[in-house]
Amino acid sequence: MSHAVGIIGRGFLGILTYIGGLGYILFDGLWWMVAGPIMRKGRLRGEETFFQMVRLSFKSIGIVSLVLFFVGMILAFQMAYVLKSLGVVKYVADIIGIAMTREMGPLLVGMVMTGYAGASIAAELGTMVVSEEVVALEAGALNPIRFLVVPRLLAAMIMMPLVVLIGTYVGIFGGFIVGVAFLDMDWYEYMTHTLDSLKAIDWLTGLIKAEIFGSLIAVVACYEGLSVTGGAEGVGKATTNAVTRSIVGIIICDLVFTALFFSLL
Amino acid sequence: MTTEVLQPPESTSIPPDETSSQKELNEVVIRVEGLEKSFSDRPILKGINLEVRKGETLVIMGGSGCGKSTVLRHMIGVLEPDQGTVEVFGQDVQELHEDGLNSVRKRFGILFQSGALFNSMTVGDNVALPLREHTDLSDEIINIMVKMKLELVGLREAEPLMPAQLSGGMKKRVGLARAIALDPEIVFYDEPTTGLDPIVTGVIDKLINDFKHGMGITSVVVTHDMNSAFRIADRMVMLYDGRVVAQGTPEQIRNTDEPIVRQFIDGKPDGPIPLRLSKVDYETDLIGLIRREKAERYGE
Repeated sequence: MSHAVGIIGRGFLGILTYIGGLGYILFDGLWWMVAGPIMRKGRLRGEETFFQMVRLSFKSIGIVSLVLFFVGMILAFQMAYVLKSLGVVKYVADIIGIAMTREMGPLLVGMVMTGYAGASIAAELGTMVVSEEVVALEAGALNPIRFLVVPRLLAAMIMMPLVVLIGTYVGIFGGFIVGVAFLDMDWYEYMTHTLDSLKAIDWLTGLIKAEIFGSLIAVVACYEGLSVTGGAEGVGKATTNAVTRSIVGIIICDLVFTALFFSLL
Repeated sequence: MTTEVLQPPESTSIPPDETSSQKELNEVVIRVEGLEKSFSDRPILKGINLEVRKGETLVIMGGSGCGKSTVLRHMIGVLEPDQGTVEVFGQDVQELHEDGLNSVRKRFGILFQSGALFNSMTVGDNVALPLREHTDLSDEIINIMVKMKLELVGLREAEPLMPAQLSGGMKKRVGLARAIALDPEIVFYDEPTTGLDPIVTGVIDKLINDFKHGMGITSVVVTHDMNSAFRIADRMVMLYDGRVVAQGTPEQIRNTDEPIVRQFIDGKPDGPIPLRLSKVDYETDLIGLIRREKAERYGE
């Protein structure tokens, strides 16, 4: 009995320590992002941030669009199946619009980005730890948080909402194609339905989620990468952990914020 | 500042004023006292005392796993001691906060075992990085300085290459150019010649000597390469089992009777440092095994 309590307690402590580590990375990162440059402690690495922004957006936009486009189409078929029996197929447009902006856009882009950017950030930083590059930074009086974490975190915070916005549009477009081609809807009718159903608050909640998911992916990936121990095997483990833990984190945050928006707004 | 750094370092040594050099040589720049460190309850350092004096090349030698790199990592403030103190330029490294530690760190350079070049940057950017981050020099001057530092290690042509395109020896040379980018007072070398061919080893040794004579750099070299150690050392310290077992000039070390040092220098497989590292007696271990097996088989 006491053994079981011990295991549970240790597991719980482990989770708390992990969250503490993420919090440290996040707040130290934000400090170096805002206060560091103001207090002239260390400048922001603009070029590196730009490079990371490109990596997060242009290089991933193709796969994000592909996934969202298909999910939009699938969702349209599935909704049509239910709505047809009620005789209100045209509401497919409303449902796709709301589902995409409030939920599917941020969630799916978050998932794709975790696999795409999170894994590569963790692997990159992990390799730097193993090859002594991070120690070299520290010993060279360069703070690894400012030097490595800030460009990646800032890039994720700037680009994630933009990618989610594009992904959401593409998803709605996927539904639109199905609606017009297979569900006998007029394209004008579909558009008006979508536009009428969407309110500013839907976009806002979607973008808030995007911002949170983006930061989460970057923070988890940086934390996993920087805490690598023990060579190439450690890098592999960190990469896997970065993906799985980000996905769990995103789902939990998604639930918390969806519930919060539901009860508040 | 700019005019001073633009002066190419003298490659031939000019004998400085005798008395002042004597005084400088006695000034202690690094003092390690009673340093102890354990990793997950396994003691690595068991009370290290040593001093590094200005302008000298101190070689810290010892077998793999004796803790010599750990000592080095305490000196650069990456590890914190469990016990004891590490003073660099008269300041206790452990007491310093990030800003203070960083201002100490700007006064030394480090060559890591693997070179530790930043793989995402070109060779030129690697050498330029400390200058860009820690000085207000303009890009033109930084470019000139990068060329000068790379010329010192004989790799001016390699400036646009990526680290992945370099051989191991070239990586170390570039690492060396980066280590001296800020004209440091101390340079730490972590196994500078490990894994290099004899000629490149000779080149690295020559560079270490050139930096000492030409720029008055104090060097702390961690190595187990004895040929190289005797070529560069002014003083040597031998570590074994987390303690300093001998120190002195290369001459004294070469002629010592201390058995551990002798075994190390001569490369004897067995001696005070045992060939077999198991603590339990072989016979007891085997007999124990047989007994256990019997007990299991016959239920004794």
